[in-house]
Amino acid sequence: MTAVAEPILRLRGVGKRFPGVRALHDVSMEVERGEAHVLVGENGAGKSTLINLLAGIYAADEGEITFDGRPYRPRTPMDAFRAGIRVVHQELNLLSNLTVAENLLFEELPQRHGLVDFPEINRRATALLAQVGLDIPPSIPVERLGVAQTQLVEIAKALSHDSKLLILDEPTATLTSREIDRLFSILRQLKAAGVTIIYISHRLHEIFEIGDRVTVLRDGQWVATRPLASLVVADLVKLMVGRSVEDAHQFRQDVPVGGEILRVEGLRRSHALPEVSFAVRRGEILGVAGLVGSGRTETMRALFGADPSVAGKVFVDDVEIRIRAPGDAVEHGLCLLTEDRKTQGLMLGMSCVENITITDLAKVSRWGLVRHAGEERAASELVRELRIKTPSIHQIVRNFSGGNQQKVVIAKWLFRGAKVLVCDEPTRGIDVGAKEEIYELLWGLAAQGRGIVLVSSDLAELVSLCHRIIVFAHDRIVGEVKRPEFDQRRILSLAYEEADIEPIH
Amino acid sequence: MSPFTEAASPPVRQDGRWNRPLQFLLRDAGVAIALALIVLFFSLTAPYFATTENFLKVFVQIAINTVLASGMTFVILTGGIDLSVGSVLALCTVVGALTMTWPGIPVAAAVPLALVACMGTGALCGWINGFVIEQWKIPPFIVTLGMLNMASGAARVVSNNSTITGLPQAFVDFGNAIIAGVLPTIFLVALCVVAIGWFVLRFTVFGRMIFAIGNNEEAVRLSGHAPRTYKIAAYTICGLTAGTAAMVYLLRLNVGSPIAGIGYELNAIAAVIIGGTSLSGGKGSIVGTLVGACILQVLSTGLQLFGIGDNFKPIVIGAVIILAVVLDSYRDRVLRNLEAR
Repeated sequence: MTAVAEPILRLRGVGKRFPGVRALHDVSMEVERGEAHVLVGENGAGKSTLINLLAGIYAADEGEITFDGRPYRPRTPMDAFRAGIRVVHQELNLLSNLTVAENLLFEELPQRHGLVDFPEINRRATALLAQVGLDIPPSIPVERLGVAQTQLVEIAKALSHDSKLLILDEPTATLTSREIDRLFSILRQLKAAGVTIIYISHRLHEIFEIGDRVTVLRDGQWVATRPLASLVVADLVKLMVGRSVEDAHQFRQDVPVGGEILRVEGLRRSHALPEVSFAVRRGEILGVAGLVGSGRTETMRALFGADPSVAGKVFVDDVEIRIRAPGDAVEHGLCLLTEDRKTQGLMLGMSCVENITITDLAKVSRWGLVRHAGEERAASELVRELRIKTPSIHQIVRNFSGGNQQKVVIAKWLFRGAKVLVCDEPTRGIDVGAKEEIYELLWGLAAQGRGIVLVSSDLAELVSLCHRIIVFAHDRIVGEVKRPEFDQRRILSLAYEEADIEPIH
Repeated sequence: MSPFTEAASPPVRQDGRWNRPLQFLLRDAGVAIALALIVLFFSLTAPYFATTENFLKVFVQIAINTVLASGMTFVILTGGIDLSVGSVLALCTVVGALTMTWPGIPVAAAVPLALVACMGTGALCGWINGFVIEQWKIPPFIVTLGMLNMASGAARVVSNNSTITGLPQAFVDFGNAIIAGVLPTIFLVALCVVAIGWFVLRFTVFGRMIFAIGNNEEAVRLSGHAPRTYKIAAYTICGLTAGTAAMVYLLRLNVGSPIAGIGYELNAIAAVIIGGTSLSGGKGSIVGTLVGACILQVLSTGLQLFGIGDNFKPIVIGAVIILAVVLDSYRDRVLRNLEAR
């Protein structure tokens, strides 16, 4: 690390809000010139938001950013590009129909007499590909590459122009260890050449290999910046989790747990993926932990029939049911509260009543005609019971707050008579106060003898609500922790440790 | 502290569908007010506009488009489009006229048979549209564009490329009749179609599903329903109204023609859009569609009375279509602000 007094990047009180949620709040940090700075935090801690602010994708709501000695307020990704910041995003952003070479040099295609100079492009592209150790012809379209190759092309693209700051958002998620070694040696060369690097990774072990200092984010806030040499993995996990179990809610022991209400045996989403089995009992809240992409959401969707599955048995109340479409699951009282309530859970332009009764219109109709009085009565009852705050049940749900929208989704499944409610991130994007109300509701539903499956990235939430927690990694259940042994660190290391093992193909 | 407990929340009201006059005016009566203003304007300025004969003429002229646009409303509400209704109408007029003029069939049987043939042909074309769209997940634009050509070709083949005349006199007389001096029979048919459509959309489970699918098809699927069934039904209904419109065409013009209905699909779509139905689905009404069809025809007639020629008329009408959608999105923003209060 070069000892230069002036840091290349300085954030002062940076904040960013999205409707209903504070993604970043009062973040102040510095990145030294020429260092490799690692950014860590749980899902939703604000890492991606921070990167997107630097990349010119979002604009900060508050605070100041100084880059290379000047105030930095990018309004478009092109502004960031011109300032000398290169970003390799987690999602691949290449134009899949164009060739590798065209993608690599897209920002400034070499031209001759106003026409694209293809020989020159291919020559330069070959050199860039060699730099990341990729031996592919530059003239093939990107769509014919595998995921790891595409990722390396992204990295090569970021290297195609001189940069002052290179940001890599989980670049190794799809790479094999040989490719990772290659990537790290490139990064070391760049560092030696004076390029500053911001590096994000979920693989806690590898960051010690490449990073100089680490900044930990939690719930959108800065927690700590430390030299990595002074830390071990356990310290990092401790910083990331923060709150201890005692700070969280008091778990309610008064909910009686009964017999098995749902059992899943050998569920497979495709022949290439491992089997998943688990069970939930009456009155039980089963937590599902795991990183985004660990297969937890995908498994729940396949269970519900929203996505296809190729094998597996599902039992509700000890009776085997066949699920080919969501309708089959719903008919047997197995309901899914989807990850994204706006695109999958609600008809935003329709009223509160209409959203609630959509799951079982037969109950409030006769001879194919909707009995408006009947459905209004039923909906009003649920609105009262769940304490949905609205002046009228005919209000359009688009205008509801996140918490109230989520309650409408819960109401619609209660209207259908859910026996098992699978909730995928039910409190994402919801204010703290509303979260508490959702927790109360989930407890209440469990106390009524329903089975609840709670998928969440918020470990504190899982620890305070659940009787048991199962942990997903690489499409498998890698562990189960019972309440007396609950320990956020242990659960987190289960999810992370496994992420360091090569995926099983 | 929960954000919900801060504001004193009034008790849940069950009645509030039309509780705020301003919102009612904007959301449900906006297009009707526009029509009233246009009628008032022409009544005051154009000679002969506010006469019984002129209104009768308008009623007769909007009948076909109103029927077509009613079915189109169902399809557009699901977020789809049907470009084939014009040529399906042509095919149906040919089929209907051929049935009615079949040698040796008594008049009493010919007309009901023709009605069944017309509506059956239309419904079949619509079902094929819907089935292909849903089965192979092909954009409705493409499928119905294909059907536009196929139905048009079929009409020419079936009719041997000629117009079919000689419909029964009783049928022709019924089509020309005017009830109580103000209500042409074919306009009455159109009003019946609108009334049925309104009832279905407003009161039936099926109607609720059409709106829900247009709003968020994935949410409907994940609520345990099969949107496919309802969408195919919407296209079938659209074909059925094309068949009905073909009967109205026969009543009005008394010929079955393979070149009938050219461009009708665009007029139908225009009526639906002016009537306030969103092209992306989920929002709109069939009464709005009726009003939209009226606006189109009243404008056309009024401009004619002004002496604005056939060449300039489409310029004005085109501008009105765009203006209607601009006003609609502006109105939505105002409404959203009102609701958010």
